[in-house]
Amino acid sequence: MTSARDEILARVRTALGPNPAPVTVLREYRRSSTMDNVIELFEDRLRDYGATVVHVTPDGVAAAVAEQVRGRVRVAPGLPWLESGPDGPHVGGVAVEVDDGGPAAELDAVDTAVTGAAAACAVTGTIVLDGSPDQGRRALTLVPDRHVCVVHSGQIVGAVPELLARLNPRAPLTFVSGPSATADIELQRVKGVHGPRQLVVIIVADTTGQ
Amino acid sequence: MTFLGMPTAPRGVGRLRGDAPFPVAARAALTDTQLRRNIGHATETIRARRAALVAEMPDWEQLRRAGEAIKADTLARLPEVLVQLEEQVTAAGGTVHWARDAIEANAIVTSLVQATGADEVVKIKSMVTQEIGLNEALAAAGITAHETDLAELIVQLGHDRPSHIVVPAIHRNRTEIRDIFRRAMPGVRPDLTDDPPQLAEAARTYLRRKFLSARVAVSGANFAVAETGTVVIVESEGNGRMCLTLPEVLITVMGIEKVIPTFADLEVFLQLLPRSATGERMNPYTSMWTGVTAGDGPREFHLVLLDNGRTATLADPDGRAALHCIRCGACLNVCPVYERVGGHAYGSVYPGPIGAVITPQLTGVADNPDLPFASTLCGACFDACPVRIDIPSMLVHLRARAVASKGASLERGVFGAIAWTLRSPRRFSAAIRLARLGRLLGRRRDRISRLPWPLSRWTVARDAPRPPRQSLREWWRSRPTKPGAGE
Repeated sequence: MTSARDEILARVRTALGPNPAPVTVLREYRRSSTMDNVIELFEDRLRDYGATVVHVTPDGVAAAVAEQVRGRVRVAPGLPWLESGPDGPHVGGVAVEVDDGGPAAELDAVDTAVTGAAAACAVTGTIVLDGSPDQGRRALTLVPDRHVCVVHSGQIVGAVPELLARLNPRAPLTFVSGPSATADIELQRVKGVHGPRQLVVIIVADTTGQ
Repeated sequence: MTFLGMPTAPRGVGRLRGDAPFPVAARAALTDTQLRRNIGHATETIRARRAALVAEMPDWEQLRRAGEAIKADTLARLPEVLVQLEEQVTAAGGTVHWARDAIEANAIVTSLVQATGADEVVKIKSMVTQEIGLNEALAAAGITAHETDLAELIVQLGHDRPSHIVVPAIHRNRTEIRDIFRRAMPGVRPDLTDDPPQLAEAARTYLRRKFLSARVAVSGANFAVAETGTVVIVESEGNGRMCLTLPEVLITVMGIEKVIPTFADLEVFLQLLPRSATGERMNPYTSMWTGVTAGDGPREFHLVLLDNGRTATLADPDGRAALHCIRCGACLNVCPVYERVGGHAYGSVYPGPIGAVITPQLTGVADNPDLPFASTLCGACFDACPVRIDIPSMLVHLRARAVASKGASLERGVFGAIAWTLRSPRRFSAAIRLARLGRLLGRRRDRISRLPWPLSRWTVARDAPRPPRQSLREWWRSRPTKPGAGE
């Protein structure tokens, strides 16, 4: 008996016939953007989605994070602004827990998650997380209701093709464009279903980026 | 008629065949004024939003052409692309399964769930698992499938059927949804109002427990990248992320046409899909994963590659572009027929214009001969399609296949008689004189709304014009001839 695999592949070959005509893909759409207002556009898109946007200089990140977190806070293990003190880890003077990869159900009791980002896209107001140590596992930015995400200005590109070019396809990737939402009731966008209902983006104006 | 003897989607399983033919189901739907109001309101909203966001994109046409070409290129070398996908997923720690049809896919998923010992699964909204009737197959094995997409939850709790590709509960308004939740959602607060944020909150509370305890998740796939083995899910609510991240075992079912060659190809589809589907610059969440990742997400990943009539579709060169569909639903939202009859009348999980070309090809046109006729051929669907599927031309092609599949019929006999009449000027003149008898009908409105049998079959769905007093030829012969004018 032939396997399902062999049979399906044989069917596909029969369906296509002996010499399927090759197809040329013309990529005449914009693959790079020449905008000078990338950061303003990014902010405008995020606000349109109902996200909160904060601008800081590199030395103001920890204080901005401390100001934006609420309740019980858990941060990605490699968050650069994490400091250890006599009373345990903190960011900008606010006590935090460092995510240790424990059962996801524990995250249900956490109010705020704090992470960095892998890259961002202005035209669509999108942030991408790739599981690097400053971003943590995917559940961290999913279960708590508030996500505070630090994005460096150098990480923000104009358009979607530039965004994808910056990513590692084999990493677990999450594209976030605003807070959780649904359009399932009468096709109106309603903020907040299962993912974080509050998204705070801290944009760091620096020249080094990543 | 099947093409090259290629097997189609089997009968008796899944949701590709309706209980009643389209004309019968459509007539019933047309009497439901609430349904028409709900769908009219929703499609009007989405049409306006989509149009505004498409207008923002100066390179929209170039993106559409690229999307069309990538899909055509993928199909032209589908065997090598599928094998590459299998290699890459396997190399990344996933397991690939192949399913010839719905029955085989359901058996694979059921045994994978049984192997975990779980008696329930959480599900991300997926067209393909609806197509194969997976929930019913799991239920038969004692496994409960919980739909977690808000609209799918509304449909499941209401013992209803989805009626739209993207917004399955588009036929329900907020008050009906509140009533369904109050009636069927365990633990719901009794004073729940019909305010959409409150309805979303109710779903959040109800499903959170399920997400945190589920051991197995089942999903479909929007795209799968052959080059890297990366699978992509596009969603809004975060229920997808929950299912893809929290359970230990993830089972993804995808049609073989969902594969794309390279990661960079996503740059086209991630621009086309959200604007076309929900009228957003980007949907809130898109997840991409490649096999399994230690310490992050499921420990086990299974990918089921499904045929179920897709190779039969591929075998028809004039119909295979239906496989380019990225399931955005834009053609439904602009279709005058869909807007009036809703999705249920099509009898298939794929309704609207794209459903009218996909469904008959998956099942063979003999099993859905009416669907290619469920259209006015106005062409709005082609203009809206982000990958430029020429649905109107395909409908005409499938109409011919549907007629051929029926063999001898009254319609054929009538057209044969017309052809015989038109071949001779004498027979034509005689027929015109005979037709004048028809002036006895339709005297009141100057339209004939009911012809006598057997011509009554023609006027079941349309009016016939009343024959004129004088034919063109008679008028030509009788017109006064001016001396010197022309000839």
